[in-house]
Amino acid sequence: MSASHPVEMESLFGDYPLDQAFDEMREAGGEIRPHYRALAETLAALPQDELQRRKQSADLSFLTQGITFTVYGRDEGTERIFPYDLLPRLVTAAEWDRIERGLTQRITALNHFLRDIYSDAKILNDKVVPRELVYSCKHYRRQMRGLQVPRNVYIAIVGSDLLRLNTGEFVVLEDNLRVPSGVSYMLTNRRVMKRTFPQLFHSYGVRPIEHYPQLLLATLRSLAPEGRPEPNIVLLTPGVFNSAYFEHTYLARQMGIDLVEGRDLVTHDNIVYMRTTDGLKRVDVIYRRVDDDFSDPLIFRGDSSLGCAGLFNAYRAGNVTVTNAFGTGLADDKAVYAYVPDIIHYYLKEDPILPNVKTFLLGDEKQRQHVIANLDKLVVKAVGESGGYGMLIGPQSTARQREEFARQIEANPRNYIAQPTLDFSRAPCLIGNRLEPRHVDLRPYVLFGDKVNIVPGGLTRVALEKGSLVVNSSQGGGSKDTWVLES
Amino acid sequence: MLSRVGDSLYWMSRYLERAENTVRQLDVTMGLMLDTSDTSAEMRWQRMMTSLGKVSELDWSGDLEAMARKLVFDGLNPASVTFCVNGARENARQVREEISSEQWQRLNRLFHQMHSPQAQAQFRTSINDYLASVLDGIHLFKGVSDTTMIHGQGWQFIRLGRYLERAYATATLLEVYQADLFHAAEREHSGYQYLELVGLLRCCTSFEAYCQVYTADLSPDRILEFLLLNRDFPHAIRYCVDGIRHAIESIQRTGGRRPPDELTAVIGRLHAQLGYTNIAEIITGDTGAFLHAIREQSMRIHELIYRYYVDYSIQSALAT
Repeated sequence: MSASHPVEMESLFGDYPLDQAFDEMREAGGEIRPHYRALAETLAALPQDELQRRKQSADLSFLTQGITFTVYGRDEGTERIFPYDLLPRLVTAAEWDRIERGLTQRITALNHFLRDIYSDAKILNDKVVPRELVYSCKHYRRQMRGLQVPRNVYIAIVGSDLLRLNTGEFVVLEDNLRVPSGVSYMLTNRRVMKRTFPQLFHSYGVRPIEHYPQLLLATLRSLAPEGRPEPNIVLLTPGVFNSAYFEHTYLARQMGIDLVEGRDLVTHDNIVYMRTTDGLKRVDVIYRRVDDDFSDPLIFRGDSSLGCAGLFNAYRAGNVTVTNAFGTGLADDKAVYAYVPDIIHYYLKEDPILPNVKTFLLGDEKQRQHVIANLDKLVVKAVGESGGYGMLIGPQSTARQREEFARQIEANPRNYIAQPTLDFSRAPCLIGNRLEPRHVDLRPYVLFGDKVNIVPGGLTRVALEKGSLVVNSSQGGGSKDTWVLES
Repeated sequence: MLSRVGDSLYWMSRYLERAENTVRQLDVTMGLMLDTSDTSAEMRWQRMMTSLGKVSELDWSGDLEAMARKLVFDGLNPASVTFCVNGARENARQVREEISSEQWQRLNRLFHQMHSPQAQAQFRTSINDYLASVLDGIHLFKGVSDTTMIHGQGWQFIRLGRYLERAYATATLLEVYQADLFHAAEREHSGYQYLELVGLLRCCTSFEAYCQVYTADLSPDRILEFLLLNRDFPHAIRYCVDGIRHAIESIQRTGGRRPPDELTAVIGRLHAQLGYTNIAEIITGDTGAFLHAIREQSMRIHELIYRYYVDYSIQSALAT
């Protein structure tokens, strides 16, 4: 076949299996969903090698821009580009409206929850959430008790993970309330996509996301300590060896703020300064990308050199805003997660707009026995972990792995939860010269300063290996651009 | 600007300048070896090693290509081109938010080019072409540095690194050569002598510039004058010292903090030494000692910059 022939629909979709999982592009009968039609037609009309050519040009653009991440626990090639799929994932206006309202509700409620837990703990007294669950959480920070945080905002920057079930309904898989990452990939994906499919992008009427850094800056500014009208805002990074270092530099540059490391900061009389070539300069707001544990060796882990000694006391004195606040990991603990619908009811007197995934708490004897008997059908997760680490996917596990997990669960039931293995939705990806469906999730980015702001879109993460259910970049996942349509 | 950032920009720039110097000297030395002469290959190689700062583990083995490959690609040897490019990129990576995307992309491309599986093969095919492509990469980086970055403090630290490294390297080069060439000045002008002098100029990309000023009449005295005292040629030491002085002044102007007297004094003295002298004076005196003093003062400037802008004590900073 000559290179100039357009690709036929047939050969593009040659082997595109449909089963009970929701397919983002095709209906159960194989028909292409209305909002995906323009995309499919454009692809089919392209000359055969054109897709590959655009793919290579996009890949090269990522590499020379140094849009890479670091993989832990491997010696060779620790710096890699984030695998990227060329086809956008489309979200209709109606779908987005529900997501936006649902996340706003959820984040508002979780923020109430954190404030309550670290002050009067009414929700515990009312026995809506079990006391021992909260106080046994490894991310609970006793040091935060009774501390007034600016505007009562604990979680200013959030990235929640959504999945779509076979009913077509979006559910929340987890809330990332500590240091969610990936927003730089959302932004750079968009830039590359606009260059790769300019016409298509234009004809679709996609809502913009490019103002995210500006919104983030406004959010940080709104949280500045009182009496600091021109706050000095910085981004605190663990440094160049952190897996998300590219993102830290990217956001700092896009916002025009300094990217600092712990060694750049000093405290004196409960004021945080940074070392500059012109002497010490006072710091007012810290967008913290360092975990609680490593933030201040005097308060948290004493062996950490990534943070700044005295930071917490300066924060406590109200001389500097650190966001997200310390101890927010309590509310994204995977066991507390099971109570989020109750938390929403309790504080907002509303029904959750976005449902949870069914979750078994292993501290409960009955649920635990059920889970251990059905390990081959369930997904087991360690409650305090993220990034796809510490996970057992039942249907894809070996008998030995299951035994190992059963033993760990019995030893420390509070540390694990189980969920059904979800057959979440799939979207078309370019695999070789063809489209094949792969599992995807969606991580929208939520900002909370004066009010809740969500840029229309997010990071669609893809499990690029056939049949795989793990979308984390550290575990071989990739990403695609997410187009939220105007209509 | 953050002290750490200033320091990284400074080192990024120094490393690249060093890489460029090494590539050029290697290119020139290999060119000279093509012409058989009384100066043996080994002596030439050792002279280059000395002017690159007494490189360890690269003693002459007789296999020029293997030695050259080591000098370019051996990432473990701190004198190698790869080591310097790695160092520049690592420093740039730590200040990714401070430099422009164009700068980063250029440097990143150079880095990937040197680490690509094809690099060694290209090197074997044509060493000259390969070295030229590395030089191209470095030049492009410098070009976009000057055109895409705000000429604020960050850029001034880049200039500081560039000019300090260059002043130091040129002084070292002249010191090594003057022992060798300038004392043999009485010797009759052979073609070999001419080639050696052209080589020296080429090490500083200054052959054509020299000819514009002095015509192609090469003499050691004039070359020394040109590379030491010319105020308009970017590789001349005097020009570099001017550059250092301007950079420090600009940093002061944008930052508002006065540099310490000692730093101003060392730079001022060096500036005056080069500005208020002539070549006859230098040659009748102890030329080697003069060049050596320039190197020592460059090192002193480096130490003072580090101590004052990067590693100052909290007490001193709170007091002001």
